[in-house]
Amino acid sequence: MEKTGIRIEDLHLSFGDTTVLAGINMEILPGEFFAFLGPSGSGKSTLLRAIAGFGPPPRGRILIGDRDIADLPPWKRNVGMVFQSYALWPHLSVRQNVAFGLEERRLPKRMIDPKVDAALELVGLLHLAERMPAQLSGGQQQRVALARTIAIEPQVLLLDEPLSNLDAALRVQMRRELLSLQRKLGLTTIFVTHDQEEANTTSDRMAILDGGVIQQIGTPQELYDTPANGFVAGFLGTANVLKGQVRDGHFETMGGSRLPLAHPRPGADRIVLRPQNVTLGPAGGEGIAGTVSHREFLGSSIRYLVDTADGQIIVDTLHSAGQPGQDRGAAVSLRVDSLNAPLLV
Amino acid sequence: MSDTLQPARPTGRFTLFPRLSGVALSGLAIAVFLMAFLILPVMQVIYVAFLDSRSGALTLQNFQDFFSTNLFRESFVNSFYVSAMSVVFATIIALPLAYITTRFTFAGAAIIQSLGFIPLIMPPFVGAVAMTLLFGRNGSLNLLLDQYFGVKIPFMEGLNGVIFVQSLHYFPFILINLSASLRNIDRSMEEAAQNLGASGLRLFRRIVFPLAMPGYLAGAALVFIKVFDDLGTPLLLNVNTMLAPQAYLRITGVGINDPMGYVISFILVAFSVFALWVSFLFMRGKDYATVQKGGGGLAKRDLSRREKAVAWGVILFILALVLSPHFGLLLLAFGTIWSFSPLPDGFTLQHFGTVFTQSSQYIWNTILYAGSAAVIDVILGTAIAYIVLRSGLVGRKWLDYMATAALAVPGVVLGIGYLRMFHGVELPFGLGQMSGFWGLIIVALAVRRLPYALRACMAALQQVALSLEEAAESLGATKSSTIRRIVVPLMTGGILAGFVTSFATAAVELSATIMLVGRSSDAPLAYGIYLFMQSPSGRGAGAALGILAVVIVAIGTYLSQRIIEKDRNRRAAAPGADH
Repeated sequence: MEKTGIRIEDLHLSFGDTTVLAGINMEILPGEFFAFLGPSGSGKSTLLRAIAGFGPPPRGRILIGDRDIADLPPWKRNVGMVFQSYALWPHLSVRQNVAFGLEERRLPKRMIDPKVDAALELVGLLHLAERMPAQLSGGQQQRVALARTIAIEPQVLLLDEPLSNLDAALRVQMRRELLSLQRKLGLTTIFVTHDQEEANTTSDRMAILDGGVIQQIGTPQELYDTPANGFVAGFLGTANVLKGQVRDGHFETMGGSRLPLAHPRPGADRIVLRPQNVTLGPAGGEGIAGTVSHREFLGSSIRYLVDTADGQIIVDTLHSAGQPGQDRGAAVSLRVDSLNAPLLV
Repeated sequence: MSDTLQPARPTGRFTLFPRLSGVALSGLAIAVFLMAFLILPVMQVIYVAFLDSRSGALTLQNFQDFFSTNLFRESFVNSFYVSAMSVVFATIIALPLAYITTRFTFAGAAIIQSLGFIPLIMPPFVGAVAMTLLFGRNGSLNLLLDQYFGVKIPFMEGLNGVIFVQSLHYFPFILINLSASLRNIDRSMEEAAQNLGASGLRLFRRIVFPLAMPGYLAGAALVFIKVFDDLGTPLLLNVNTMLAPQAYLRITGVGINDPMGYVISFILVAFSVFALWVSFLFMRGKDYATVQKGGGGLAKRDLSRREKAVAWGVILFILALVLSPHFGLLLLAFGTIWSFSPLPDGFTLQHFGTVFTQSSQYIWNTILYAGSAAVIDVILGTAIAYIVLRSGLVGRKWLDYMATAALAVPGVVLGIGYLRMFHGVELPFGLGQMSGFWGLIIVALAVRRLPYALRACMAALQQVALSLEEAAESLGATKSSTIRRIVVPLMTGGILAGFVTSFATAAVELSATIMLVGRSSDAPLAYGIYLFMQSPSGRGAGAALGILAVVIVAIGTYLSQRIIEKDRNRRAAAPGADH
C-alpha cells in the first residue's frame, strides 16, 4: 500500500463565536503512528473530525499526499475513521458492516467478498462474520469497526479514542494489537486520546493540544525530556516547576537554592524537576530543606509532598519491602538531580 | 511550500450539509403543505370570527352576540362543566389504580396495565348509544334497580351521559401520566425523607404528591381539552347544548357564513392552546425524573389480606365499568331487538350481514382514507424529523412547531376551516367541488394525526446515533445513500409504529370527517356509525360497524406495541460474553 503523509496548514475552526482550533500547522509523515493528546476541550477530537470531514467547515488546508481534501465531503475523502462508540450498524451483520464501504464504491460482489474476508481475517474475526453486532463483546465490536475501516483501503486511518470503551486489561492488549496491525499495514494513523500512557506507548510522534493550539510536537521522549512550556511539562507526567533565574551555570530558585545545570539556558525563569529526580535525605543535609506534609503509598514507590521555601515539591522514592520511609511532619532535605532538568523561558 | 499556499478560504464554502438544496426543497414543500392545510384554514376561521359578516370590517360584535345569546352562554357553561367534571371523575377512577400499581406488589397489576389502554381502543362516540341502553333511564341497570329497589339513577341524563362516557374513555391519560410520575420518583427520595423523620401521610403530602403533581396535571389538562373539543359523543347522545355540537350545527344548518360557528371555533382553539400550554409548562418546568442509577421507583410493599380484597374489588368494579361500552356494543351488534329490557330479546348475525352487503363502502373508504393519511404522515414525519434533527436548514424548528400545532386544533375547527377556505374551489378532471372532494378527508386526517406520527419518527431518529451516519459517510456513502441504507432502516420500528398509530386513530376519527363528507358513498366507518345510530332501527348495524372499528383499532394498537417492543429488544440485545 502506498504510504501517504498528511499536512495541515493554518487550520482555523470555530463553533459560532467560540474558536476551537486556532492556526493548526503540522506534518504527519507517511506510515507514522501519530497521537493527538490533550485534555478534554483541547480541540483534539475536533481536529480529527475536521480531517474526516465532520463538524463545521474549517478554514485552511488539509493535504493528504498532494491532495487538498478540505473542500471534499466526507464520502469523497477516502479517510478511514474508527469511531469512539464503534458506530456499528445494529441492523447489519458483521459481514454486511464490513462490506458497506466496498458496496458504496460500486465494486462487483465477487471482488467484495474476498476483501471482506481478508479484513476480518486480519482482525481475527472471520468466524463471526454472520453475527449481528449486538451479539459481540466490546473488544470484538472494536475489531469489526477496525476491519470495516481497513476494508476500504483508506489512505490514512483515524482513531477517535478507540480504547476508551474497553476495560483496563483489554485496553492494553488492544493497544498492542492496534500497533502491530498498523505496522503490518504501514498505514499512516492518527490516534486521539486523553490518556498519556496510551500515547506514550503507541505513538511514533505526538502533538499536545490545549485551547485549540498545538503546544508541542515530537516523540514521547522528546516531549517528556524537553517540554516546550509549563503546560506540556505538567501534562506529561508529574512536574515540580520552580521559579528563579539562571546565573553562573546554576539555576537560582526563589527560595535561595542553587541547582547546577549542564546546559544553562540564558533567560530561563523556571526549572522542571521530575519527582523521581529528587531524593529525600535526613534534615540538615545537602539540598533544599523542607517538611513532609503528605505521604502516599503507591506500591512501587512512595510519594511525598514536601513543603519548602520554593513551595510544595513532589518526591517519588522507590520502595523496597521493610523500608519504613519518612513520616508526616518529618524535617528532610531534598537532593536534586538538576543537571539535565528542562528549563522553561 | 509557500508558493503552493492559497489565500485562506472564506468560511462556509463547503457547508456542513452539502445537499442543502434537496433538503431545503423538501422543507419548503412541507411548509407549503402545512400552511395550506393547517395554518391558513385555522387563521381564516379565527379571522372570520372577528369579521362583521355584512360590512367585512373587524369587530368584536360577534363575540357580543355570542355571549348575549342564551343558548350559546348555556353551551359554553355546559362545555366547561362537562370537561371539568370529566376530569374529576377520570381522576377518581385513575388515582386508586395508579396508587395500587406503583406502591404495592399486586397480582392484578397486569389488569391495571390493560385498563390503561382498553378504553382508548374504542372511540367514545361508538359506545355512547350502547351506554344509554345499559345505563339510560330505561336501560338494563335502571330497569333492574327499578324492579328490585324502585329507584332509577340518572347516569345518562343530558350532560351526565357525556361526563360518564368521556371520563370512562379518557381516564387512561391521567392513569398513564400519573403512574409514570410515581414510577419516576426514586426510592431514595422517599428514603431520604424517612431518614429525616417524615412518614405516612406527611411523607405522601410533602414528597410523593408534589413530585407526582406535574404528571397528574399534564394528564388532567389533556383530558379537559379532549372532552372540551369532542364532537362525536355529545352528538350521538343527542346533547346539542355544548360548544362543539353548536359549531357543527351552525355551520351545517345555518350556513358557511354564519359567524357563530367561527366564534365557537375561536373559543375551542383558544382553550386548546391554553390547556396544551399549561400541560407543556408542567411537563417541561417540573419534569421530576428522579430515578437514579440502580434505583427504580417507590418502595413497594405487600398488601394485607383485607387490603388485597379491597384492591381487587376496586379494580374489578372499574374493569366492569370500562368494559361496559364494549359489552353494550357487542349486545347491540348481535342482539335482535333491545328495548325496555335488561338484555336483547335474541341474538343474530343479521346486522353484520347488513353491514357487509349494504355498507361495505364504509369499510373500504376507511381503509383508503386512514391508510393514505398514515402514509402521508410517516413520509412527512420522517422528512420533518430528519430536517429538524439532522440538517442546518434555517427555520427548521418551525416545521416542527407548525406540524405540532395541529394538536391545538379541534377537528371541528379544521373541518370548518377547510369548508371555508376551499368553498367554491372547482377541481380539475371533473372531481367537482374541492370542499366536497373525498381527498380532502385524507388531508384532514393526515394533518390531525401528523403530530403523533412526527413524535414517533423523531424518537426513532433520536435513537440513531449520529456516528452511525458519519461512519457511513466516511466509508464513502453519500447523504442520500446514508439515509437510504442506514437511517431509514434503523428508523423502521418507529416509522411502522407511527404508521399503525396514525392509521388506527384516523380510522375512527369523526369530528373533522363529519364536516367534510360530501355524500354517503364517500363516507368512512365513523360517519357510517353516526348515520346508523341516528335511528333506533339502524343501531344494530351501527354497532356492528362499531365492532369492526374496534377490531381495526385493537389490531393496530397491538401491532404498534409489538413493533415498538421488538425494536427495543433488538437494540438492547446484550453483547456476548466471549471475546
